[in-house]
Amino acid sequence: MVSKRFTIADYKTSVHNDWCPGCGDFGILNSIQMVLTEMQLPNHKVAIFSGIGCSGKTPHYINVNGIHTLHGRVLPYAIGAKLANPNLEVIAVGGDGDGLGIGAGHFVNIGRRNIDLTYIIFDNGVYGLTKGQASPTLKLGIKTKSLPNPNINQNINPIALALVAGFTFIARAYSYDIKHLKDVIRKAIEHKGLAFIDVLQPCPTYNDIYTREWFAGEGNMDPTTMKERSRVYKLEDENYDPIVHEGSKEEINLKMAQAIAKSNEWDNRIPIGVFYKNEHGYIYEERIESRISDYKENPPALQKIESNGISIASIKSILQLL
Amino acid sequence: MNIINELSWVTGGPQGSGVDTSANIFARACYLAGLHIYGKREYHSNIKGEHSYFTIRVSNKTIRSHLDRIDMLVALDAETIFRHLSYVSKGASIIYDSSLNDKRLEDINTIGDVARRRIETFLKSKNKNSVKDMLDSVRDECSICSIPFNELLSQLAAERGESMLSRLTRVTNIMSVASSLALLDLDVKYIHDAIKSIFKSKTNVIALNIDAANKAYNYTKAKYDISKRFVSKSLDNLILLQGTQAAALGKISAGCRFQTYYPITPATDESEFLESNQIISNIDGTKGSLVVIQTEDEISAITMATGAAIAGARSSTSTSGPGFSLMAEGLSWAGMNEVPVVITLYQRAGPSTGLPTRHEQGDLLFAINAGHGEFPRAVIASGDVEEIYYDTIRAFNYAERYQMPVIHILDKALANSLVTCKVYDTSKIKIDRGLLIDSVNGDYKRFRLSDDGISTRVRLGTENGIFWNTGDEHDEYGHITEDPEMRDIMMEKRMKKLDTMLRDLSNEEKAIFYDNNSDKTIITWGSPKGAILDAISMLDNTFNMLQIKLLQPFPSSYISEVLSNTQMVIDVEMNYSAQLAKLIKLYTNKEVDYRIVKYNGRPISADELYYALSNIINGSKERRVVLRNGV
Ligand SMILES: Cc1ncc(C[n+]2csc(CCOP(=O)(O)OP(=O)(O)O)c2C)c(N)n1
Ligand code: SF4
Ligand SMILES: [Mg+2]
Repeated sequence: MVSKRFTIADYKTSVHNDWCPGCGDFGILNSIQMVLTEMQLPNHKVAIFSGIGCSGKTPHYINVNGIHTLHGRVLPYAIGAKLANPNLEVIAVGGDGDGLGIGAGHFVNIGRRNIDLTYIIFDNGVYGLTKGQASPTLKLGIKTKSLPNPNINQNINPIALALVAGFTFIARAYSYDIKHLKDVIRKAIEHKGLAFIDVLQPCPTYNDIYTREWFAGEGNMDPTTMKERSRVYKLEDENYDPIVHEGSKEEINLKMAQAIAKSNEWDNRIPIGVFYKNEHGYIYEERIESRISDYKENPPALQKIESNGISIASIKSILQLL
Repeated sequence: MNIINELSWVTGGPQGSGVDTSANIFARACYLAGLHIYGKREYHSNIKGEHSYFTIRVSNKTIRSHLDRIDMLVALDAETIFRHLSYVSKGASIIYDSSLNDKRLEDINTIGDVARRRIETFLKSKNKNSVKDMLDSVRDECSICSIPFNELLSQLAAERGESMLSRLTRVTNIMSVASSLALLDLDVKYIHDAIKSIFKSKTNVIALNIDAANKAYNYTKAKYDISKRFVSKSLDNLILLQGTQAAALGKISAGCRFQTYYPITPATDESEFLESNQIISNIDGTKGSLVVIQTEDEISAITMATGAAIAGARSSTSTSGPGFSLMAEGLSWAGMNEVPVVITLYQRAGPSTGLPTRHEQGDLLFAINAGHGEFPRAVIASGDVEEIYYDTIRAFNYAERYQMPVIHILDKALANSLVTCKVYDTSKIKIDRGLLIDSVNGDYKRFRLSDDGISTRVRLGTENGIFWNTGDEHDEYGHITEDPEMRDIMMEKRMKKLDTMLRDLSNEEKAIFYDNNSDKTIITWGSPKGAILDAISMLDNTFNMLQIKLLQPFPSSYISEVLSNTQMVIDVEMNYSAQLAKLIKLYTNKEVDYRIVKYNGRPISADELYYALSNIINGSKERRVVLRNGV
């Protein structure tokens, strides 16, 4: 029997989408659905976890398992599910406030674990759902629409933070370049280990500085052509090589240094694409496997624990040691 | 020599010097000799130097609590003498290191001003305050065995060809235990076996400790008469373990396969024990396994455990008050999404950091109310180490049957007591996974409405069983709604599960009534159970006891029924405001007659409770009694 091919319609729900017209979130939603279609992932095997914010509503619009969690806590929920059943395809999504403000502790600590999951931050520079306060990625001195005064805080650099925390795949994408975004998401999912994508996501309602037009090049004159030039450019177009090939300490240091330098570019030229990729270390699931040899086939969520309603676990040998 | 049925033994010393190990070996040796044990551990939030001590009560019949009274005191430092001497009973034996005689109270900088004043009051004189002066004050009533531990150590070193005496100092602890056994005329082989079982495969350590034990045992036997001898042994088939181990064993039997924790006293031991035993043998020959994750904080601990539960694992986290405070929002989410997750809450003395290594039952109302909004949860409490094992299994069954978070409240006294209890009957441990289904036909709705409020549940990854969860109010599929009618329907669906639970549970699961045909009933919850039962038997069973196990949903009608047949109700619990009495008032409209409370961080002893209850029998008018014993 030839199994049915999934179409993009199979990954959509009928839930009414209440994002503002023109919101950058739509591009991310569509890209995720396109990747699921491309990869032909069975709906029930995928679980999308989200935090709280406009971005947090994403799972309700995708026809795979959707767990809309707490503000800032998307990662530990996602980790719990993934480690209880490592055969699930787990994607975590959330806002920049969610992941880098209230959830920053989890963002840093997941880096210690290199779990095989993908985390996408919808980076709009604001707290969308609470009406436009400054998010941790908003730059010092910027005054977006609802701020009473220019931003008094410096910003977090999510790429650099992910790098030093220990993420092993780090990329940035732009929500209006759907084809590129889709390819980056696919690479992240296919990466063996912990993947992070910082998606530049214009919020037309509250972020009137970093707008779609601004990214497209508004006021950014190319000195040679004297025409407006897109602020966003692709790392792969400039022969940037993000991959750690051999895995030596020196090579890793060089690749990390290069990624940090790139991540500091902003204003007139903003790089998108893969900044860093290192598949040399053990992923967390393998570390567990080194202690529990049948962990993948017999993970916590799927273990048989009873027979006809009676526990099958024996504690005899432990009692003897007591 | 006295023939005895029981003995209250205390050893003390600076933290980190091996007090714990020697107490464990003494307890184990007595257990191997066929006696019941109730061991209570007291320690500071400190790694090295502060005073810690261990009380081991030994008996030939079941005992459930400690006594303040000391029948045998083992002191390897002066501080132990200064702090504990006022509790020794008439006829007690005191084993101490003869080199301590000249140590004076003011030499000991770990005794603070308040404790110093207490000791001076005991001595009645500021000038006569050496160890010798202390001992002189009880010499008429007690038998004092001074043992030259240093001399014995030198002999030992010479015999073993060990040039560095300092390498051996740790074994003085074992020597003091051996002296205790000698005075009790218990066979030296019990201490040998205890040493082997504690030090497991460290053969060198075992050999050294056995040599040391023999040396002290023989010295003591030769120099001192046997002071006490147990009249008989116990006939029960017993195991010796701590509360945290009982909870861990319960989790293994219950099929818990995912545990998260962030280190905190006194909960951590449970998780570490689980991790040490993470490969599980099943009776059908297969292997199981338990994943234990040390998270970055307790918010992560509760949410990660919840994620694992959604994936389909039986999952839990263990913590104490400060950590549980951080879990409140996650608890509310689990309630909203009907996730079966178990939280083992080991209370310790609050508020805030409080007395971080001491005991209290201050979190009852918090456990019942933590988290914003209204959602169903179950709160159950165990009274002793035996109950902990079976209640842990129940907690998981309740969680899955009613699809709600379950908080299993324990406390420091239970966590750290080292006790004998009847070997667990593991032959028929029931596992009830409720409406967890493996396959789905047709349209799946995670929150499908039903008469009892319970819907079918699937693991993440089940074919045709896609579902959504959200902390927002949601429809049957789990999608967000703000519709007022849907809100009512869903709120009622969730809360109805509490009624379902109360209907299902037997009276024994709700509360245990120890009926002594008295018109006076003591009510309690959790660990005071042991001291109450022991005190009641000292008082010829003049009280009944009602131990409430299910605290949320509160079993109002059963409790009202029991209390309606009693003339006098006395509440006993380890907190300031008598929290259980408040619940009784709220749910049964019954005002208790007496409140016996304690909040100095030290568990209630059977003897102090005996006095408090005697006063009530004798017509004391004091309605609120505060117990204050403890070192
Ligand atoms: C614990 C907690 N604090 C505050 C809030 C209120 N809140 C809701 S969304 C949000 C910020 C959302 O911003 P972001 O994470 O950037 O997501 P966006 O809406 O921009 O996608 C806040 C603070 C909350 N839901 N929970
Ligand atoms: S507020 Fe901004 S981020 Fe939120 S939906 Fe509207 S446009 Fe999108
Ligand atoms: Mg945002």
